[in-house]
Amino acid sequence: MIRTLPTSKTYNRCFKFYVVLYFTFLFAPLLVTCILAFNDSQFPSLPWKGFTVEWFTADLTERVGIFHDQINLDSIWVSFRVAFFVTLLSMIVGTCGAFLFEQEDFRYKQLLYFLMLCPLVIPGVILGISILLFSNTLGTYFETNWNIDVDLFRPGFWLVVLGQFSFIATLVTLVVSARLRKFDRTLEEAALNLGANRLEVIWFITLKFLRPAIIGAGAVAFLMSFENFNTTLFLVGYQATLPINLYLQVRDGSTPVINAISFLLIVGTSMVALANLYFSRKET
Amino acid sequence: MKNQKRWGLFFFLSPVLLWLFLLIVLPHIDLLAMSFRIENDDGQMVWSLSNYLNFFEEPIYWLTFVRTAIFSILVTFLTFVIALPVAFYITKVVAPKFQGFLLVLLLLPFWVSELVRVYGWMILLRESGVINHFLIKLGLLNQPIEMLYKDATMILGLVYTSMLFMVVPITSVLDSLDNSLIEAAYDLGANMWTILFKIIIPHATPGIVSGSIVVFMLTLGNYLTPNLMGGKNSLWFTEQIYNQFIASFNWNQGSAFGFLLLVLSSIVVWLGLKLTRQNLRKVVQ
Repeated sequence: MIRTLPTSKTYNRCFKFYVVLYFTFLFAPLLVTCILAFNDSQFPSLPWKGFTVEWFTADLTERVGIFHDQINLDSIWVSFRVAFFVTLLSMIVGTCGAFLFEQEDFRYKQLLYFLMLCPLVIPGVILGISILLFSNTLGTYFETNWNIDVDLFRPGFWLVVLGQFSFIATLVTLVVSARLRKFDRTLEEAALNLGANRLEVIWFITLKFLRPAIIGAGAVAFLMSFENFNTTLFLVGYQATLPINLYLQVRDGSTPVINAISFLLIVGTSMVALANLYFSRKET
Repeated sequence: MKNQKRWGLFFFLSPVLLWLFLLIVLPHIDLLAMSFRIENDDGQMVWSLSNYLNFFEEPIYWLTFVRTAIFSILVTFLTFVIALPVAFYITKVVAPKFQGFLLVLLLLPFWVSELVRVYGWMILLRESGVINHFLIKLGLLNQPIEMLYKDATMILGLVYTSMLFMVVPITSVLDSLDNSLIEAAYDLGANMWTILFKIIIPHATPGIVSGSIVVFMLTLGNYLTPNLMGGKNSLWFTEQIYNQFIASFNWNQGSAFGFLLLVLSSIVVWLGLKLTRQNLRKVVQ
């Protein structure tokens, strides 16, 4: 049954086999994608035709590697910029939210807290369409009433940023709140007694304490934004983010360039994830 | 002092209020309002129920809706059945020194974009895919078969995509299950199934519920996996929404669909919480 109890050999073997099977199921698609990025073939499939890095580096007519593929490089750059702004915004607002729900008291606090959790249970597609609708409504209103054409209200870069921010901020709020709850408030009182004002207390003491949580949440926010598809799909303008761009390519047939990008993504995200894990372990 | 306090509240409250009202509350009110508007013959927008009537009159719409709901329940159940033994193995069976390593291994694939994961399955399963290649090499097949674009593969993809959100909460509740309870039951002569149903599952219920809610919601709202792995006949309701918005440009009809999906997902979340007497606050933490 469990470690401390005697178990039959068959039971142990079956269980081990099941778990091995599970991990194979988990890693098979990723491993295959990575391996086929190095296959010297025009299609991402077997048979194996020899090792090559041309899908990364080549700049030939029939084979353009990712490092020379301008459309994909552009979309990677767009994704980076979106993720940067989403991370920045949600770190700021999420930290404000954590302070608000942990340290302040006001009427309707419970209601607002509930509202703050909502984005987690609203499907991403719905968030996307409702923000699209609302920005369109606002855009039309501004144009008919004041004759101002506001770029922000049209599908595009900033709308994608806002759409992703709308639910990633909840996540940051929850992570930072959890850390803030562990904060010893007598430290704040001591500083206040010694003549600091509230702003100084928050800046020099509380935020220093929260820093690991804010950075950790920021890393998660960056990855979530970088990979978001559902919400982005409805808000994207002519500047496609990487997931949208990859989706269009996968839908219309695939080349090993997609494997090359996937390989870079898998390596990159694993490194961020492991670094995040390492630092959060060290913290506790 | 009082002034400073008020200022602090204002400082923290205003960005949060802006965020929640401009990006969550008002857009969803707009969504609801739009779903009751149609363009009449004179080209003017009027209030009407016809977007919702359309939904019930056209079998393709409500059949897709029902299908999506049933498949999401199936996916949630399958995810649970697959995840429970894995969580149990990691928390209770494996030697403690491997525990941390296995947990990291468990989480790692889910940091990778969903698109890459789905793409991996496509390479494995399609007619010219890796699995077909090996089956033919081994002589088990004479001709490659198309394994992609079927309901079964779509379910496989959805289960794979949402696995993490089931394994993690169950692992964390099982971690808090006292081993001596299982030992006591064992000493008193209970067999494996009794222990599973009388001790493990009751203890793990909070984790199972929160996992199920998240998995159900994510599956219901998934667009990518059904779109890329499902066949022509396995239309997902989010695809209907997408078609209304992007292809037919009928935003009002699309809003009605979106609102129906939102209602369904909220009802299921609410029911799940009520049935197990939990609240949202506990579940997300």
